[in-house]
Amino acid sequence: MNLVVAGLVQRFPVAAAAGRHAGLATVLDHLDLVTGEVGTLVLVGPSGGGKSTLLRILAGLDVPTSGRVAFDGVPLPRDEASLRAYRRTVGTVFQAYNLFPHLSALDNLLLPLIHVHGLTRAAALTRVRGPLDRFHLADHAHKRPAELSGGQKQRIAILRALVVQPRRLFLDEPTSALDPEMRGEVLEMIGELRGEGTQFVLVTHEMAFARQVADAVAFVADGRVIAQGAAAAFFDHPPEPRVRAFLERSLAP
Amino acid sequence: MPRWLAHTIVAAVFAGAIAAAFWRAGYAWNWSAVWDYRQKFLQGWLVTVALSIAALAASIAVGAAAAALLRSGRPLLEATGRTYVELIRGTPLLVQLLIGFYVVASAVGIENRYVVGVAVLALFSGAYMAEIFRGGLDAIPRAQLDSARAIGLTPWQSLRLVVLPQAVRIALPAVAGQLVSLVKDSSLLSVIAISEFTLAAQEVNAFTYSTLESYLPLAIGYLALTLPLSGLARWLERRLRYDAG
Repeated sequence: MNLVVAGLVQRFPVAAAAGRHAGLATVLDHLDLVTGEVGTLVLVGPSGGGKSTLLRILAGLDVPTSGRVAFDGVPLPRDEASLRAYRRTVGTVFQAYNLFPHLSALDNLLLPLIHVHGLTRAAALTRVRGPLDRFHLADHAHKRPAELSGGQKQRIAILRALVVQPRRLFLDEPTSALDPEMRGEVLEMIGELRGEGTQFVLVTHEMAFARQVADAVAFVADGRVIAQGAAAAFFDHPPEPRVRAFLERSLAP
Repeated sequence: MPRWLAHTIVAAVFAGAIAAAFWRAGYAWNWSAVWDYRQKFLQGWLVTVALSIAALAASIAVGAAAAALLRSGRPLLEATGRTYVELIRGTPLLVQLLIGFYVVASAVGIENRYVVGVAVLALFSGAYMAEIFRGGLDAIPRAQLDSARAIGLTPWQSLRLVVLPQAVRIALPAVAGQLVSLVKDSSLLSVIAISEFTLAAQEVNAFTYSTLESYLPLAIGYLALTLPLSGLARWLERRLRYDAG
């Protein structure tokens, strides 16, 4: 993918609270980002810096206040109907609560295939069987989300995004809500898919993992891209003192 | 202990206690006078069944519409919904029935008291339903709506496939309680001279002076409606059970 972001601004209305007037909060402040041709883009940076807000815009879930975004030269639309059509061509996985709790893992996988992409139930079942087997989730397919571990839930969520054959996946801190022992299985799955050419835009706090899978890294803070670059250079020779300090804190044992 | 046995034992103990209380009161039973009016009881009961079914269905529709107002995000619509809910919940059903029948219905020219009765009951119960539905919808995490949008569902699909199945499950126990209340509240329709079950009992009592014999069948007749309703709700709850996760 070749991503160009120019002058992206996102402001949210905020309600009045103790010591704060009602008004607009600027979360993205004229953010620019040009990646060149990359397979996996990782967004890192401090909490509240704007990386999740950026991801939501890239995934077609939110419309920015102003600015332009284009993937491979195609600008993102601003009207909801066109955005919905766009969302159907990509996949998004959030930190938690991705799966619909009233449906089994299998029905969670089938729902977008049947209701969004128009497959028959039989065709949808054929489509998901291989991926379920491959990621050792077939034995859990009949379970409701409440009966699955956190890691299994996130892997099913990633599969649900994947089986519609999207152009790329957007992952917003997919392991942040997991116990350490379950992070590995999710990260391993992402790494494996990445190795096969699935494109990712990934927000993560797992610096060791970011270093492993990223082609390009962007450091987002204060609503801007403070630094960016090819992964190896970015991690080995952090371009800014602020980035260096952040990486040292994050990679410290 | 199996559940049915527990139910049977508890029911027997309650029945025994009530029978003992009646026996000690030394009441002179006169069932034969009341038996002569069994046809009247049956007719009243059937009217209550019909009124209840109509009002149940209408109150769910009214409640859904009012919940939509409450959650519309538009100040004027929200204020409308809020005013309706608070006005209805803050005033006695008796007053609403009298105003509805003698003032509103006359003003708009509706003469059928059964229509008025069902409409007032539905509006009354709908206000409670609205809050129950709103609570059920509010209980669904925002991430669920995000996920629904992320996979490309339309707003209508999201409501039908994601939101409602969860909200119904959450709201079901409260809805069942409200429906049971509605069946019993229909007894107030007697004040606008609808010949339902309670009015039948009142009339039989006036004819026979056999108060307990007139009103005991009333209790049993309402239980015959409310117990299956509660049972149905519990069955549905079990069928729809899943844990949040």
